[in-house]
Amino acid sequence: MISLANPTRFLNLVGAVVPWLAALVVILLGTGLYLAFFVSPPDYQQGETVRIMYVHVPAAWLAMGCFLVIAIAALGTLIWRHPLADVAAKAAAPIGACFTFVALVTGSLWGKPMWGTYWVWDARLTSMLVLFLLYLGLIALWQAIEEPGRAGRAAAILALVGAINIPIIKFSVNWWNTLHLPASVLRVDGPSIDPALLTPLFVMAAAFAALFVLLHLLAMRTEILRRRVRALQQTQVEHAVLAGA
Amino acid sequence: MPDLGPHAAFIIGAYAIAFVVLGMLTLITVVNDRKQARMLIELERKGIRRRSTAKPLTPSVKTKIIKSKPARAAAKRKPTRVRKPRT
Repeated sequence: MISLANPTRFLNLVGAVVPWLAALVVILLGTGLYLAFFVSPPDYQQGETVRIMYVHVPAAWLAMGCFLVIAIAALGTLIWRHPLADVAAKAAAPIGACFTFVALVTGSLWGKPMWGTYWVWDARLTSMLVLFLLYLGLIALWQAIEEPGRAGRAAAILALVGAINIPIIKFSVNWWNTLHLPASVLRVDGPSIDPALLTPLFVMAAAFAALFVLLHLLAMRTEILRRRVRALQQTQVEHAVLAGA
Repeated sequence: MPDLGPHAAFIIGAYAIAFVVLGMLTLITVVNDRKQARMLIELERKGIRRRSTAKPLTPSVKTKIIKSKPARAAAKRKPTRVRKPRT
């Protein structure tokens, strides 16, 4: 980890890992879709609509996981001042926002045939919407402050405050009466879903997780390159001023 | 593809939205990555280097800095005395 604190070393690692990760995403996604549509049986209560679970649940897991990555990166920025910490946090925010958006929309499309409505202001749905707004807030904050160091520290504070929302999302179905199903996979006494439905879910979750890692590494590389371009442009301006003096 | 029943539109819609959003995200990420890499190569081709990798300034640039008006004025200016405050 310490050797990766050097951005140049990190860029070399990304260059080597990205093609393999891209291949892994394609394989996992292809397998996951095959299992979801051709192997998975319909649910005895929900029928064919259970297939929405294979995109909705992994997207929701990644939405929360991505915010955890941002919160850990925020600690890296504020406590250890790791040179890549705010780069990691900034790169993760748009990806997390997209996964949250997918979770909200697919959940809404699953809710209509099952609950008879696209949206209810229940604890799980509302806390997920708050998570989406937090992601938008973080992106806006990074756009609003030009100096990357200051923007990183301000966003880190917002991320740590916003991380309180993650346990609220997770336990909202236990703490309040909600229309949303209680946890059925990540439970103390093991998953309550049949293995025939669980296998495609885990394969799709692995595919989404691999996609997240791939996009995060690429976005981090882009951010490092953007900062280098910015530094070079400033040097170019300095040279132009000196030449004109 | 199995028969998705009366709710087929919801199932296909959910998958379509998920893949469009994640596909667009992937595309934008890759395009941005390539754009920044291209800009960096272009700047380096112009001879601009980061301070950590830059060569020391050439004598002509050094002379320009020393001979520039603000630099000459600063060199001529006498250091100002700072008076101690009375106690």
